[in-house]
Amino acid sequence: MAAVHGDVHDHGHDDHHPTGISRWLTTTNHKDIGTMYLWFSLAMFFTGGFLAMGIRAELFQPGIQILEPELFNSFTTLHGLIMVFGAIMPAFVGFANWQVPMMIGAPDMAFARMNLWSFWLLPIAATLLVSSFFVPGGAAAGGWTFYPPLSTQGGLGVDMMIFAVHILGASSIMGAINIITTILNMRAPGMKLMDMPLFVWTWLITAYLLVLVMPVLAGTVTMLLTDRHFGTSFFNAAGGGDPVLFQHIFWFFGHPEVYIMILPSFGIVSEVIPTFSRKPLFGYSSMVYATASIAILSCVVWAHHMFTAGMPTVAQLFFMYATMLIAVPTGVKVFNWTATMWQGAMSFETPMLFAIGFIFLFVIGGFSGVICAIVPIDIQVQDTYYVIAHFHYVLVSGSLFALFAGAYYWIPKWTGRMYDEKLGKLHFWLSMIFFNLTFFVQHFLGLAGMPRRIPDYALQFADFNMISSIGAFGFGLSQVLFVYIMIKTIRSGEKAPEKPWDGATTLEWTHLPTPAPYHSFEKPPVFKPTVH
Amino acid sequence: MLSRAKIRDNLTMMKKLLIFSIVMFVFGYAMVPFYEKFCEVAGINNLLQPDKMVKDMEVDEERLVTVEFDANVRGLPWDFKPLQRSVKFHPGETIEVMYEITNHLDREITGQAIPSYTPRYLDKHLRKFECFCFTRQVLKPKETRVMPVQFVIEPTLPSHLHTLTISYTFFELPVGAKAVSEK
Repeated sequence: MAAVHGDVHDHGHDDHHPTGISRWLTTTNHKDIGTMYLWFSLAMFFTGGFLAMGIRAELFQPGIQILEPELFNSFTTLHGLIMVFGAIMPAFVGFANWQVPMMIGAPDMAFARMNLWSFWLLPIAATLLVSSFFVPGGAAAGGWTFYPPLSTQGGLGVDMMIFAVHILGASSIMGAINIITTILNMRAPGMKLMDMPLFVWTWLITAYLLVLVMPVLAGTVTMLLTDRHFGTSFFNAAGGGDPVLFQHIFWFFGHPEVYIMILPSFGIVSEVIPTFSRKPLFGYSSMVYATASIAILSCVVWAHHMFTAGMPTVAQLFFMYATMLIAVPTGVKVFNWTATMWQGAMSFETPMLFAIGFIFLFVIGGFSGVICAIVPIDIQVQDTYYVIAHFHYVLVSGSLFALFAGAYYWIPKWTGRMYDEKLGKLHFWLSMIFFNLTFFVQHFLGLAGMPRRIPDYALQFADFNMISSIGAFGFGLSQVLFVYIMIKTIRSGEKAPEKPWDGATTLEWTHLPTPAPYHSFEKPPVFKPTVH
Repeated sequence: MLSRAKIRDNLTMMKKLLIFSIVMFVFGYAMVPFYEKFCEVAGINNLLQPDKMVKDMEVDEERLVTVEFDANVRGLPWDFKPLQRSVKFHPGETIEVMYEITNHLDREITGQAIPSYTPRYLDKHLRKFECFCFTRQVLKPKETRVMPVQFVIEPTLPSHLHTLTISYTFFELPVGAKAVSEK
């Protein structure tokens, strides 16, 4: 994309910053904040993972063994909330903090102090969520979608969850405003919008989706809160409210939300695939337009989450066709990635393995999504393990695998050290095998009618559940290996070459030394676009 | 360091985006009346409005359906019961049944009844001309009241349906709250 020029060693001076704990508490440096976002989301990933292990341990055999039903419900609820709002979303914001300024040639984020705020809100929200397990009545247990009437009942744990969602929403909105302003106002001179790397493009569109729907979620939980404590009746049938209304408002936020979690991963994959295929990305502009169409379509399909809630046939048909339409721009993307690899000089380092694994498994999740979009089938699989399998294929082997690809891809630039390639590949293959072991069989369980969010099941589901649980334990353990690889890289990894990936063309590889200096691009780089 | 012009540009952008976020927050609330209006216009969820009387509705003498009546209260110290458990009749016949409510408390209580039908899409074939659920009910201390429901099951009812259930649940209306039927 950008041609290499200018002296790579132009920067690297002026590396002074406070040291020790005060560096981390008061820093407004985009790289430090990015690092904190990533560590935070890793911690939350393991917290949510612990809950997942609890769920799978309970489901290892039929019957109730280790979790009482109430606690099991809290586990599934908090697993979802923590993974969505605590792990996946902050991890992508962490990547945006590190990468967006470096990829567009900006010295920092537009609002450095607001950046600090949006990070430090996260630990507060996480504390609220996790500590709600220890209050009377326990944590929220009505599912991560907190539908009323379950969420208008419930104890203190539900209020803590509501406040946590408020805080997380505020953090996301501030983060999104920061990212949009940075991208629109602070690009290197000469870099037009259509010259931006795709990771930046996908984040720009994601950030717009965030300011579009996060305030609606904030409104929804506010209504819930006033229903619970201040006598309003938005969702309370007794006072003339309507619980189905909640589902409509929630999913107006909730469906764009799933694209908020996948679009940045499209961006990461669109950086990794060309680098390791040593070819420019095929169909750059169609990638941009596909991303934008997915974002727009995502706002008009929300009711496909509630086909069984009661809706006129015309509405069901509209939401069914609109949902299936999303497969078109998504298909364009998959085609472009494949065409980028076509006849490329490919090599298969860990980031590339995760990116290819992403394409392969995300497509499976995409197809099961089209299947779920079909109304009569959806009525059959609603609230079953088929849906669980579907969204874990797009969220774990989609978002999470892309995050792994990004982490391995950029860790040399961030730390100046290389990860252990052998261990990285081992991490990929273990994740790949155990992931499929966990979730593929859940398709069968769902088709056979096993309902989600229930701690016990009928005997005919026993074998597949045991396989799934074994896969889940293996997948969980494999992620400990990821932490080991990352810590080993940071502490004692081999020194990374200036440009470890010879196919990389974005500014952070061509215009900055490795590791990236604490302050980069204080003088904007000279950017010369190449033809796409 | 950022130039002063750049900082000003950035702040303008932040203001615009913040305003946009606030607009979207308000939009979330605006969806509440929007949905109510939408359902009213589209005739969805229209359980609390009387249907128009139809003269000379054809009566299907060929078959009989049984309608069972059910009554519940939630959070109310009321007795609420239908005076007949079930009625057997021909589709197309206009039927009137009576319900009785009694307030056992020493204070005036306002309640609203919400209907629920089984099977789920019965409302497509049910026309209700009179019902205590169309308005809120205010019961004086210790008052007992007998109230009618007048309805007809249309002959369009699918022939595999023989037993139907009409159920009502009374909820207490908080003081000052608007009843569903008055919205």
